[in-house]
Amino acid sequence: MKKVVIVGGGTGGTILANNLARRLAHELRAGQVSLTVLSASDKHMYQPGLLYVAFGRMEVDELYQDQASLLEPGIVFHVDPVEKFVLDKNHVVTKSGKRFEYDYLAIATGSRAMPDMVPGMAENAHHVYTVEAAAKTCEALRNFQGGKVAVVTGVPHKCPMVPLEITFMMYDYFKDRGLLDKVRIHYTYPIGRVHSLENVAKWAAPEFDRLGITYETLFNAKAVDGAKKQVLSEEGSVLDYDLLVAIPPHKGMEVIEKEGLGKSGFMPTNRGTLNLEGRDNVFVLGDTTNLPISKAGSTAHYEAEALGENLAALVRHGRMVRLYEGKVFCFIEAGKDRATYASFDYANPPQPKPPTKAIHWFKLAYNRLYWNSVRGLL
Amino acid sequence: MASTREIDARGAFCPGPLMELLAAIKEVEVGDSLEVLSTDKGSADDIPEWARKVGHEVVETREENGVYHVIIRKTK
Repeated sequence: MKKVVIVGGGTGGTILANNLARRLAHELRAGQVSLTVLSASDKHMYQPGLLYVAFGRMEVDELYQDQASLLEPGIVFHVDPVEKFVLDKNHVVTKSGKRFEYDYLAIATGSRAMPDMVPGMAENAHHVYTVEAAAKTCEALRNFQGGKVAVVTGVPHKCPMVPLEITFMMYDYFKDRGLLDKVRIHYTYPIGRVHSLENVAKWAAPEFDRLGITYETLFNAKAVDGAKKQVLSEEGSVLDYDLLVAIPPHKGMEVIEKEGLGKSGFMPTNRGTLNLEGRDNVFVLGDTTNLPISKAGSTAHYEAEALGENLAALVRHGRMVRLYEGKVFCFIEAGKDRATYASFDYANPPQPKPPTKAIHWFKLAYNRLYWNSVRGLL
Repeated sequence: MASTREIDARGAFCPGPLMELLAAIKEVEVGDSLEVLSTDKGSADDIPEWARKVGHEVVETREENGVYHVIIRKTK
């Protein structure tokens, strides 16, 4: 029997498991293959929904489904996170002490916001990367009566459109509350333009100009002084704020770093095959890779599809059939009721179109359709 | 002993070569170097500009067969 073990029950791990269960349905039924998912939680969270929670447009309970309900029959699921990766002996050991042997291992443990990496950020900045933080941001936005709003972005971070989206959404939020004449929004960004993607930056900068949102590039927060309400940058500038909104720097999961599998919890990964470097039967996907591409649900989704095809072919024929081509698709909310998108891969940059209401409504529909997407039906 | 770490950011549109450098520079020691490989001309200009602004040493920038190599030494 060939054993496939998937570590992580987020977007990448779940789509991969369901993709493989369909491709290997016959082998699963015949007992020739086993497919096991090991996760830290019995719940699955739709993480992009946290942005909407911060603006009071989604409820927290809308973000969750039972993980077991999302998995195809035939998949063995345990809420038992992996604590040891014994790659030389092809097995992992879980928190409960159980040992799971594998022929093929896929690691999709994800990443987490680490506001503590910037002194003062955790105590003084609002963000949207946990349920608690999104709820606090919602309250802070609701209570805000005017002043300087500063947006700072740490590196690396997941969901690279969030800095722009939260800025545009705040603009409309304060506009609807009749506060625009009392609010000044100042956006900062770590590199020399307002977004990583050049074409997105070319669209967003004139939008900021049109809306009166000021911006500063080459700004990397070094520390936040809560008493003075200032952000100090690595580049030497000082930014005053009344309300500070941060996209905190991220790390991969602690277990990856602890096990010596990758600096900052991100694992060295082959950009085409998604193999962990130096390991033929171990693969990495989603935020856990160190690939120079967006840490986003769509990245995990497209990687899972490529890897599903390859793992099924490896189980059946002992060889891979395709390469992951670096595909990413990101919606970009451009306010409360308009959106655009960026679609790109390793070879082709995005060409974002002007925002429309139709794309915004499609994004809102996708917030619900996600549950079909993660089941592998979409 | 000081080492050089390579960051292969060829074809990296998002987050892009400078973002990769910003993440990696936190993980290396003072005195270590980082060599960024990029196919994006903009980052070949952005990376030295950022390094000079922050005070890191720009060791070398060169182009080979359409790939930009930018080497930065962490100084603090």
